[in-house]
Amino acid sequence: MSKKKETAKVISQEMLAGNIYSMWIETDIAKEARPGQFISVYTKSEARLLPRPISICETGCINRPDGKITDDHGTADSRNALRIVYRIAGEGTREFSAYKAGDSVDILGPLGNGFPLPEKKDGSDAILIGGGIGIPPMLELAKALRCNKTIVAGYRDADLFLDKELGKYGKLVIATDDGSAGTKGTVIDAIRQQGVTGTVIYACGPTPMLRGIKAYAQEMGIEAYISMEERMACGVGACLGCVCKTTETDDHSKVKNARICKDGPVFLASTIDL
Amino acid sequence: MDTTENKQNMSVNIAGVTFKNPVMEGSGTFGSGMEYSEFVDLNRLGAVVSKGVANVPWPGNPTPRVCEVYGGMLNAIGLQNPGIDTFMERDLEFLKKYDTRVIVNVCGKTVEDYLDVVERLSDKTDVVDMLEINVSCPNVKEGAIAFGQKADALYKITEQIKSRAKQPVIMKLSPNVTDITEMARAAEAAGADALSLINTITAMKIDIHKRTFALANKTGGLSGPAIKPVAVRMVYQTAGAVKIPIIGMGGIANAEDALEFIMAGASAVAVGAMNFHDPYTTVKVIDGISDYMKRYNVADINDLIGCVR
Repeated sequence: MSKKKETAKVISQEMLAGNIYSMWIETDIAKEARPGQFISVYTKSEARLLPRPISICETGCINRPDGKITDDHGTADSRNALRIVYRIAGEGTREFSAYKAGDSVDILGPLGNGFPLPEKKDGSDAILIGGGIGIPPMLELAKALRCNKTIVAGYRDADLFLDKELGKYGKLVIATDDGSAGTKGTVIDAIRQQGVTGTVIYACGPTPMLRGIKAYAQEMGIEAYISMEERMACGVGACLGCVCKTTETDDHSKVKNARICKDGPVFLASTIDL
Repeated sequence: MDTTENKQNMSVNIAGVTFKNPVMEGSGTFGSGMEYSEFVDLNRLGAVVSKGVANVPWPGNPTPRVCEVYGGMLNAIGLQNPGIDTFMERDLEFLKKYDTRVIVNVCGKTVEDYLDVVERLSDKTDVVDMLEINVSCPNVKEGAIAFGQKADALYKITEQIKSRAKQPVIMKLSPNVTDITEMARAAEAAGADALSLINTITAMKIDIHKRTFALANKTGGLSGPAIKPVAVRMVYQTAGAVKIPIIGMGGIANAEDALEFIMAGASAVAVGAMNFHDPYTTVKVIDGISDYMKRYNVADINDLIGCVR
């Protein structure tokens, strides 16, 4: 039984931008977690019974005794800390944002498939694209990918988050809806205007953005791996709440409906009917 | 195992089928057990109840299909299922490996659809112990609930299914009726071996920020702790109206909830939406019932069934 629901301990909590919070959690789920996977986070109230699916932003190791978290991806077994960066979207996430160091938090994971990583360093030029609250999983991916990377991050406005951390792992290109930072417009506008090129795309963000990325990848003749989002219930593939339309009939559903929580959240864009 | 536990009887009998304990999960919340077997030892459950299966694959409804409400959730999955062929090859083969009872939930748009599935399962008596007939899903436009909201329609479909079924038949009743005992009596008169209740309650949530419905289907079925008192009341009323056994469900979160249903007259109970809140809910309910029996010196769970009248 590789997955489990457990009560973990909050290591730290901070606000990164308006309504955007970062929480480090001490958990062995970090050992198995791959970029692009997510965890289910449960509120303390049975009145809010569904878990909140939140993508894994990064993993790390807690150093004893000073408690500082470092990331050392050479030794996966020592990883015991996991970071989520999330937006307050309702009462559940508001509850999470009030958790302090030492508090407990119920989580389940790691869930989903995650981004496919090349076995070895290859000659590819990866474009990592995150939009809004789809930006956080790009951090762990940027850390794990051993190739040339351009990271394109789309924000509403100049209230940026994770930008400095992302910039450590590749060339950072910023797009904002209002033009108050980086290129004004969408992530695709930024890619075109800044002359970003690549041989493969990894993306997470709102559906209209993913639709644009699918079209762009098709135009460029390159592969795009996109992380899909949908309202979820069970988070483990049982309830069929969070499906997306696929171009071909799949083995599980037999009706061109892939389960985002179990068969995804990451799909090859060309296999999704967007 | 200590001696008191050895003396404790948690097994129940429903229409000639013996269950090791009275706890199963509600159809649609557990798939065919495959996903939850990563958390729960399926051998511990009284039964695994499959998600509804039709004669052909069904695509289900558009998304969003689920949303949370206070104390519960709405769903309008629309009975997406891979069809009986895949179900028999994959899901039944998987369930065969476990020492638990298997109840297959059957759905359809027409009477013929239901009969098709029932007949396909008729030579699977080695794996499939009972059939649960879904005539109460509020989220599909044709069939399903149309058979469950009119007593004469329910009588007819029950009678036809009974004439073909090789396994005992459970009719799953809808709470979206004026008088559930009228439906229960119709099913019993047509030969149903057992009843399960309640299915979800038709409901709606509006997303005030987007000024639209939270679910693409506009309405969905309400489940979770919010509906438990309604479900307990309906089980109690139905138990007073029919002689056939009842499987009770609706918002069961713990052993105390399950015991309410049992005392109201349910011979077994099913855990539904709360599997999503805690994948271990079913086994916690089983352990909690056992603890209750020890605490109150109840030797046989059957002594609690319908003990509150």
